[in-house]
Amino acid sequence: MQVKINGKAEEVQGATVLDLLKAKNIDPHMVAVELNNTMLEHDYLATTSVKEGDQVEFLFYMGGGQ
Amino acid sequence: MEFTDEQITRYSRHILLPEVGGKGQKKIAKSRMLIVGAGGLGSPAALYLAAAGVGTIGLIDSDVADLSNLQRQILHHTPDLGRPKVVSGKEKIQALNPDVNVVTYEDRLIAKNALELIRGYDVVIDGVDNFPAKFLINDACVFAEKPLVHGGILRFDGRVFTVIPKKSACYRCVFKNPPPPGLVASCQEAGVIGVLAGIIGTIQATEALKLVLGIGRPLTDRMLDFDARRTSFREIKTRRNPNCPLCGEHPTITELFDHEPESCELKQAKVEA
Repeated sequence: MQVKINGKAEEVQGATVLDLLKAKNIDPHMVAVELNNTMLEHDYLATTSVKEGDQVEFLFYMGGGQ
Repeated sequence: MEFTDEQITRYSRHILLPEVGGKGQKKIAKSRMLIVGAGGLGSPAALYLAAAGVGTIGLIDSDVADLSNLQRQILHHTPDLGRPKVVSGKEKIQALNPDVNVVTYEDRLIAKNALELIRGYDVVIDGVDNFPAKFLINDACVFAEKPLVHGGILRFDGRVFTVIPKKSACYRCVFKNPPPPGLVASCQEAGVIGVLAGIIGTIQATEALKLVLGIGRPLTDRMLDFDARRTSFREIKTRRNPNCPLCGEHPTITELFDHEPESCELKQAKVEA
């Protein structure tokens, strides 16, 4: 199935948002997750399925400034 | 308030703009902007806002200029090494534009002083280098209902995000809490391409001026991410989060507090362990 991850169309396997994170080796603590422009609570990463055409954003913390 | 002939010449390229004009330039001259952190982001923001004729610029920073800062913190020059950044910053701002009133605070922004400080300004610019301070600035701006222009830089990536409290998404609508200590690089060890501070800091200054002028479309409800390697910008839509612990429907944060400071040593210890 095809989904858009951070703006790029990608062919993915797996059922949940957490599966996507795991496949990309991303620690869930390091990102805020948006699914179709709505913030997804971390508690629901494992129970939220991804569907064809979904838009997923993994927003990394960006901290510097000095 | 009337401009002198000299001021009319100094700000003529602004006054020529129909969106600014004499009226807008007066708004800029009356505005008060607080820059938290006189470092990478704060430097270009302060210089451009000074050049633009902002009436009052508040600078808060507790550090002194260090040799490793000069690669990007353009408020500070080689002879400033070891001097407080707010002192060095004030000198550069006033040399550029003596019209600007610079108020300096050689201090850290903490829960105890944040609200009182922020209340005295129209717009706040986040130019700090750590998450506890970024979250505190966001919280204080939401409580004080002051617009915030958030900025962040790391390695080759930068981000700008404007918050108009209670009207647009705040930082906690997206990131509920700081990352667990030691997990995300934000300290000295990560590195940053110096010019990125200029790019992101000047976008922050642009946003602050637009807010004061009341023109255009602010960078609210969208994060602007910049990738210097590809020279590409990307917008990520955001919106107010009903579950936001700060400005959501059932807020759990009802007063200011300081998050635990980050510890670079902790990360180091983990790597060695």
